[in-house]
Amino acid sequence: MSAPTLRIKDLRLGFQGWSGTVEVLHGISMHIRKGERVALVGESGSGKSVTARIVLGLLQQLRSARVSGLVEFEGRDLEKLKARERSRLRGTAMSMIFQDPTSSLNPVYTIGVQFHEVLRRRHPDIRMPQAREMAIKALQDVAIPDPARALDSYSFQLSGGMNQRVMIAMALANEPSLLLADEPGTALDVTVQAQTLKLMRDLVEEHHTSVLFISHNLGVVREFADRVYVIYKGRIVEHGPAEGLFEDPRHPYTQALMRAVPRLTGGGIPEIDDVSQDYFAPLVVHEGCGEPEAVS
Amino acid sequence: MQRTLYILLRNPMSMLGLLLVFIVVFSAIFADFIAPFPEHRGAVVDFANFNRAPEWPYIFGTDLVGRDIFSRIIYAFRISLMLGAVVLAIAVPIGVTIGLLAGYLGGWTEYFLMRLTDVFLSIPPLVLAMSIMGVLEPTLTNGMLAVTAMWWPWYTRLVYNITRSEKEEGYVLAAEVIGASRLHVMFREILPNCVPSILTKMTLDLGFVILIASSLSFLGLGVQPPTPDLGSMVAEGATYLPDSWWLTVFPGLAILVAVFGFNLVGDALREVLGTDQ
Repeated sequence: MSAPTLRIKDLRLGFQGWSGTVEVLHGISMHIRKGERVALVGESGSGKSVTARIVLGLLQQLRSARVSGLVEFEGRDLEKLKARERSRLRGTAMSMIFQDPTSSLNPVYTIGVQFHEVLRRRHPDIRMPQAREMAIKALQDVAIPDPARALDSYSFQLSGGMNQRVMIAMALANEPSLLLADEPGTALDVTVQAQTLKLMRDLVEEHHTSVLFISHNLGVVREFADRVYVIYKGRIVEHGPAEGLFEDPRHPYTQALMRAVPRLTGGGIPEIDDVSQDYFAPLVVHEGCGEPEAVS
Repeated sequence: MQRTLYILLRNPMSMLGLLLVFIVVFSAIFADFIAPFPEHRGAVVDFANFNRAPEWPYIFGTDLVGRDIFSRIIYAFRISLMLGAVVLAIAVPIGVTIGLLAGYLGGWTEYFLMRLTDVFLSIPPLVLAMSIMGVLEPTLTNGMLAVTAMWWPWYTRLVYNITRSEKEEGYVLAAEVIGASRLHVMFREILPNCVPSILTKMTLDLGFVILIASSLSFLGLGVQPPTPDLGSMVAEGATYLPDSWWLTVFPGLAILVAVFGFNLVGDALREVLGTDQ
């Protein structure tokens, strides 16, 4: 078996403040195999997004951040890579999609110019006409009706859904092996979100891209992911295949989370009493979902 | 483009500003053809016609050594505009770069650069310029240097504030995520978003630089005679008020026209580019 695309082991994160260190992640472990779509589910502030930022190496630049633990990308320990090698991985081997597609595009450049910049990450000498050709193909893949016109537009001239598809096309343009999707399309309305997610799923399946899908939306996760990690207050509390986990949530928090899926008579954000037995309930791992040991 | 024209045409003050700026710039460029006595820009003495009240062919009168004031004003425009352009051409890149660095990098860089900027801002501009001119020789070059030294901090402040808010935008994060270097993020992602504000401020400032330069030469620290300068012309004539009023009033009006014009155009530009803040 080859090394998983991403393997995180005992990742801890704290922020140094005036009154000591605030622990945010209490040693989380997870892995994503090649071509696998893994979801990280949890409520706001549970540590979902910071995990993605650590993988990209963005958080480590903050002076107040204290990161420890292992993050392996395709068998290589990211902490041991030099800053330059690490930055070379970004945008080529890993890429990321954000919540708000419109603000992720710079308003002063046309989509075409920004596409060119993205493609230059992988093909440094690529010229505008070639880049345009590739971009048109990529935009056709995400079902944008008139790609040439979209390339000549600015982000504020396109709809949110179009921008989202542009972002997906850009993120996948360099054939990354890992795509980090941080609540993609949360800023969009529900129907558009569903459309683009379906599109994204087809594309990553086609390209065999591994995806770390971060979301608080259980419905979306159920549609999209193969495997699910549930994170709560900086700890992974349950880990299992999407279907199994949704059929049979075993950790008290997951059960509470399931109950909180919006219904007309919603019950608000789930909460487990910090001193209760439930809070300290150990990690639940569904059958066949253990963490792989180091390959080497 | 149509929107731009519409906004400009709708507002009579913008049109007035454009007209004034056009007059100033046009006469500065074609001074040699417009000025009735081009040679009067230098050290010419014509005592036969000295201190004349406005009359043909001296429409603005003559000064104490018989030079045509109208001709000298037109050449003074040329000097003032050049000074303004040079000052801004030096001050803006410096100020913008420091502002970007401080705003984007943060931490100690920000702390050091912004406190340095504050130090410059805390000295009254004229005092700073006067002390620089006092140490150096009062020449045109040193005048530009002095005005530049007091001008860049304003651009640092402006760009710093925009950078602080722009760097939280999604596209900056997106650029960092695909591995863009810091330089790339600063100059290719953030800077273009600052350009409208910078342009607006530059237009407004062109008027103020002319005003400050005139103040300096009014105090005898700027452009030296016989080079015509609006400030020194006002200063020379001030002793002879109110009898020889044309010595001061016309150069004074010329300063007014230039400063007022650039201010109106700056306001119009602010409206067109949508940089109201």
